[in-house]
Amino acid sequence: MTAARSPLVGYAALFLGIALLPALGVYPIFVMKVLCYALFACAFNLLIGFTGLLSFGHAAFLGVAAYACGHALKVWGFATPLGLLFGTAAAALAGAAFGWLAIRRSGIYFSMITLALSQMLYFVFLQAPFTGGEDGLQSVPRGHFLGLDLGTDLVLYYVVLGIFIAAFWLIYRTVHSPFGQVLTSIRENEARATSLGYDVERFKLVAFVLSAALAGLAGATKTLVLGFATLTDAVWTTSGAVILMTLVGGMGTMVGPIVGALVIIALENKIGDVGRWLAETTGIGWFNGLGESVTLVTGLIFIVCVLAFRRGLVGELMHLLERRRREPDRR
Amino acid sequence: MTEIFGIPLPALLGQLLLGLVNGSFYAMLSLGLAVIFGMLNIINFAHGALYMMGAFLAWMGLEYLGLNYWAMLLLAPLVVGVLGILIERLLLQWLYKLDHLYGLLLTFGITLVTEGVFRSFYGVSGQPYPVPEALQGATNLGFMILPNYRAWVVVASVVVCLAVWALIEKTSLGATLRAGTENPRLVQAFGINVPRMITLTYAGGVALAAFAGVLAAPILQVSPLMGSNLIIVVFAVVVIGGMGSILGSILTGLGLGVVEGLTKVFYPEASSTVVFVVMAIVLLVRPAGLFGKEK
Repeated sequence: MTAARSPLVGYAALFLGIALLPALGVYPIFVMKVLCYALFACAFNLLIGFTGLLSFGHAAFLGVAAYACGHALKVWGFATPLGLLFGTAAAALAGAAFGWLAIRRSGIYFSMITLALSQMLYFVFLQAPFTGGEDGLQSVPRGHFLGLDLGTDLVLYYVVLGIFIAAFWLIYRTVHSPFGQVLTSIRENEARATSLGYDVERFKLVAFVLSAALAGLAGATKTLVLGFATLTDAVWTTSGAVILMTLVGGMGTMVGPIVGALVIIALENKIGDVGRWLAETTGIGWFNGLGESVTLVTGLIFIVCVLAFRRGLVGELMHLLERRRREPDRR
Repeated sequence: MTEIFGIPLPALLGQLLLGLVNGSFYAMLSLGLAVIFGMLNIINFAHGALYMMGAFLAWMGLEYLGLNYWAMLLLAPLVVGVLGILIERLLLQWLYKLDHLYGLLLTFGITLVTEGVFRSFYGVSGQPYPVPEALQGATNLGFMILPNYRAWVVVASVVVCLAVWALIEKTSLGATLRAGTENPRLVQAFGINVPRMITLTYAGGVALAAFAGVLAAPILQVSPLMGSNLIIVVFAVVVIGGMGSILGSILTGLGLGVVEGLTKVFYPEASSTVVFVVMAIVLLVRPAGLFGKEK
C-alpha cells in the first residue's frame, strides 16, 4: 500500500509548494498562467499519454472555451463559476463533434483530422463577430467566486489552484480507474482490446470529450486570469505548444505536463533575455532577435526531444529511479 | 453578358482558374506527401516549410544573385532536394522503427525551425516577386481574359504531376519503388539498396514541394508563413483523397481547388473553411477517403 500512497504524498507536497509560492515573492499571474497551461497539457496528456491518440488540434478546445467563457462573463453577465462551466461545456461539445469525426480514422490520420478541424474553427473565429477578430475579446471581468472578490490577484490565485487540483484529481482518478485501464489497453494494443469485447470507439470518444472538456476548463480559467481571449488561443501553433509541453515533461506521466508547461512558458517569457545575453557574450547581433523567433527555439527543442529524449524530463527521472531501485537486486 | 446563377461568366471562370491554381499546389503537395508516406511511413509536416523555402529561394536568387525565374525553377528544387537528403540522413532515419507520431512531431519541429530562421531574417511581411517577362500579360479567349502566368502554373503542375505518376506507375524504377512501399525487406533481399531509395524518395518529394513554391512565388506574397497555412489544408486534402492512389491525390487536389474557387464566388465567407467541411462530410460518408482503401 505504501507504494500506492507515495505518489499522492508527492502530489500533496507539490501543491503545497505551489500554494506557498506567492509568499516567496513569485509573481502570481505568472504561476496562474503556468497552471492554466499545465491543466491544458494534463488534459492533452490524457489522450496521448494514456490513450495513445495524438490530437493535433487541442488549441480548438482551449480557444472555444476561452471565447465562450469570456463572452458569457462580459456580454451576458454570467456569474464567474457559471461562466467557467459554460466555457467547459462548450469545449466538451466541440470535443464531442470533433472526436466523433476524428475517431473514424486511426493513427496519423487522426492527428491530421484534428488539426484540420481545429484550423476550420480558427477560421470561424477569425470571421465571427463575437470574437472581436484580430483584437480578441478584451477586458473580461473577473467577478466573484463563492462570495470571494476575484479582483485581488492573490484570491484568484487560490481559486485557480483549487480548480487545478480538482481537475488534476479527476484526471488521476480517471487514469487509475477501470476505465483508465481500458484506455491504456487501447494504447498498448487496440486490436486486442477490441477482441476482448471493449467498444474501443466509444472509449476513445469518451476520453476525447473528457480531454476536450478539461482543456476547455483550462481555456476558460485562462480567460479569467488574463482578462482576454484572443485568436492565439485557437491557432495551430498553440496545439503544437501543448504537444511540446507534454513531450518535454514526459508523456504518460502524471506530473510531466506540469513540468513541461512550466519549462515552455518560462522559456517563452525569458527567451528574449537569453538572446540579449548571448548577443552580448558572443558579439553576434543576430541573437538579439531571438525573442522574436520563439518558434526557432521551440522547434529545436522538439527535434532534440523526439530524437534523444522521448521520455521527457519526468519520464527520464522515473526511469533513472527505477533503474537505481533494480540495481541492488541484481547484485 | 452571359450569367450563371446571377454571376457574370468571366468572373466565374476567373475564380475557377484561381481555384485550379490553388488546386495545382494542393495536388503537388499532397502527391509528395503520399509518396513520402508510402516509403517512409512519415507524414512530412515540413512539406509546407520546404514549399515556402522553394518560394524564398526563388526570391533570394533574384534578389542576391540575379538568377531569373527559370533558373530558380530548376535550382530551388535541387537545393531543397539536397536539404531533404540531409534531413532524412541526419534526423528522420532514426525514427523508422518508432510510432508514426514521432515522425510527425519531428517534421513539425523542422517546420518551426525553418519558419523561425526565415522569420528572424525577413519578418512576417511578404516579399513581392515579379511575374517572369515571358509570362506577363493576359490572353483574351473571347469568353474570358486568361492571365498567362496562372495558365502556366496549372499546365506546368499538371504536367509535373502526370510525369510523377508515369514515373511511379509505368517505369521499372517506379515498380521498384512501389515494391519497396509494399515490402521493403523483400526488395532489400533482391539486392536493392532500400535505404538509399528511401532517402531519394524523400528528396524527390520535397523537391516537388519546392517546385510548387517557386511556381507560387509570383502569385502569392513570399512570406515565412505561406507554407504552414497551406500544409493544413493539404492535410485535409490528403484525408479526403486517401493516400493510396497517385492519380487520386492529383484529382482530389485539383478538385478541391475548384470547389474552393466556386465557394469564393457563391459564398465567400466559407471559402477558407469549405475544404474542411468537405473533409468532415467525406469522413461521415466514406471514412477511408475517396480513393483510399479500408485497412
